[in-house]
Amino acid sequence: MIEVKNLTKKFGAVTAVDGISFEVEKGSIFGFLGPNGAGKTTTINILCTLLSPSSGSALIGGQDCVKDSAEVRKKIGIVFQDNTLDKELTAYENLLFHSYLYSVPKVGRKKKIEDALLFVGLIGRKNDPVKKFSGGMKRRLEVARSIIHQPKILFLDEPTLGLDPQSRTNLWEFISKLPEEHEITIFMTTHYMEEAEICDRIAIIDKGKIIAQGSPEELKEMVGGDVIYLKTHDNARALQEVRTLLHLDAGESNGEVYIHIPGNGDAFIPKLISALNDSVISVRLQRPALNDVFLKLTGKDIRPETVSGSSEIRDAVRSYRRKFNK
Amino acid sequence: MIQSDLNAIYVVVARELIKFVRERGRLISTLVRPLIWLFLVGGGMSRVVSPTMGVPYMQFIFPGIIGMTILFSSIFSSISIIWDKEFGFMKEMLAAPVSRFSIVVGKALSGTAVSTIQALLIVLLFPLLGLKLGLSQIILVLCISMLLAFCLSSLGILIASFYESFESFSVIMNFIVMPMFFLSGAMYPVKLLPHVLGIFTRINPLTYGIDALKYMVFPRSTLIAHDFPLGLDIAVIASSSIVLVIIAGNVFERRK
Repeated sequence: MIEVKNLTKKFGAVTAVDGISFEVEKGSIFGFLGPNGAGKTTTINILCTLLSPSSGSALIGGQDCVKDSAEVRKKIGIVFQDNTLDKELTAYENLLFHSYLYSVPKVGRKKKIEDALLFVGLIGRKNDPVKKFSGGMKRRLEVARSIIHQPKILFLDEPTLGLDPQSRTNLWEFISKLPEEHEITIFMTTHYMEEAEICDRIAIIDKGKIIAQGSPEELKEMVGGDVIYLKTHDNARALQEVRTLLHLDAGESNGEVYIHIPGNGDAFIPKLISALNDSVISVRLQRPALNDVFLKLTGKDIRPETVSGSSEIRDAVRSYRRKFNK
Repeated sequence: MIQSDLNAIYVVVARELIKFVRERGRLISTLVRPLIWLFLVGGGMSRVVSPTMGVPYMQFIFPGIIGMTILFSSIFSSISIIWDKEFGFMKEMLAAPVSRFSIVVGKALSGTAVSTIQALLIVLLFPLLGLKLGLSQIILVLCISMLLAFCLSSLGILIASFYESFESFSVIMNFIVMPMFFLSGAMYPVKLLPHVLGIFTRINPLTYGIDALKYMVFPRSTLIAHDFPLGLDIAVIASSSIVLVIIAGNVFERRK
């Protein structure tokens, strides 16, 4: 569905995207993971035909993002990082104007808009101006808007940035339903590791380059397998048995025995317990997180920022303007 | 024009008009400015300026005040593009499968509509100034107003397409809008200005607009000195409208 080859974008002397290549399969969720300034938004803007690449190519559904931009635009839906709703208009009007811009046929237009509002749980607020909505509601409305013209691909740029945990969970519920219910391929960027877990494939990007690609499982295997933590009646004996009978790498820390399991840890737990003859008090399995992958590849943490500073300032300016006008 | 572009024009115009109706504060604030100039400045000045130009000073500046209303409202309306760029809705339009040119045309038309409505509200004050305007005169004034509003809205879009943020707003006000107003013959006859400034008045589309409005407001008065023939006025506004909207469309089309 998306084919990107050696894509490069330079802004003057700065190379924002540096020769990246990847493919996204139809009906899958593809995640672009990386810290702020890694080149995620630039890549999305190129794919959405808002920016021209300096070199390399990007095809969407077989069509070139530069040469066939008009065709590409019809196929895609976008939820930008910054809110692009018109806050003075109502939820319904925002969606109605969107359907005009995308030439949604008049027949069935109203139903499509109402279905989309129903899908994100905002049908009861359809005639309220968007300025009265919470951050989470605005995001959901943007998701609803982005699917009205039935795009083949949906781009989500940091969709949960600045949302509280409950709204984030809520939003992911809607997003994860999209591939099945609406036959949409999803391309998303995030720097929240736990959100990337729902992706079928992930590309980790840092300083404009893709440094790793694969399914979340594959990526996590790069940092090693699972770790099982045990509490037993006799840690010393348990440790010895694990080493001699099971030939595994194990150690003891904080009164717990930890065992490195190559591969999948949960299938190994029953084996372990029977080998230790009921001396086990408690078992805890720890999977490597995507954060560990990023840490291993770049030697630094992805540091999530809550709200981008500029959008806070913009909101302040806006409310000032509103007061000033009245 | 294909259907999708007509849809885009419709969206831009409808959105602007909905906001115009909902944001009463904006309407009031853009109407208060010409009222202040007309009654406070004009009223005060008419005690110092004797009616040597053939008509009382407040009547003399009336076409200029209509022009001012159009100038401010057109420029503000199209400057909202910068606002949209900063607060996102422009991105929604730019990413949609519609041509950039249709967005520019839509903006110019919505600026025209909003400005003409405001111009009409000012024109209807004519009895307070002791002027007598017939219906046909009012219609002619509105026609000139529409043409001028389209021209100035296109100019506003062109200016706006060079700016990414609203910080430059006062620069636009002080270096473009205010000089355009004073160098347009709105408050005093252009001929009274020193020669160097005369050049600026000649490249200012508002000068021609206000001159044309004077023809409509004072049809029989031979005492009001017209700066240019009416045909030239209309030709200049119409042709600069076309040139400006095309340039604005092309500047807007650039992709980085």
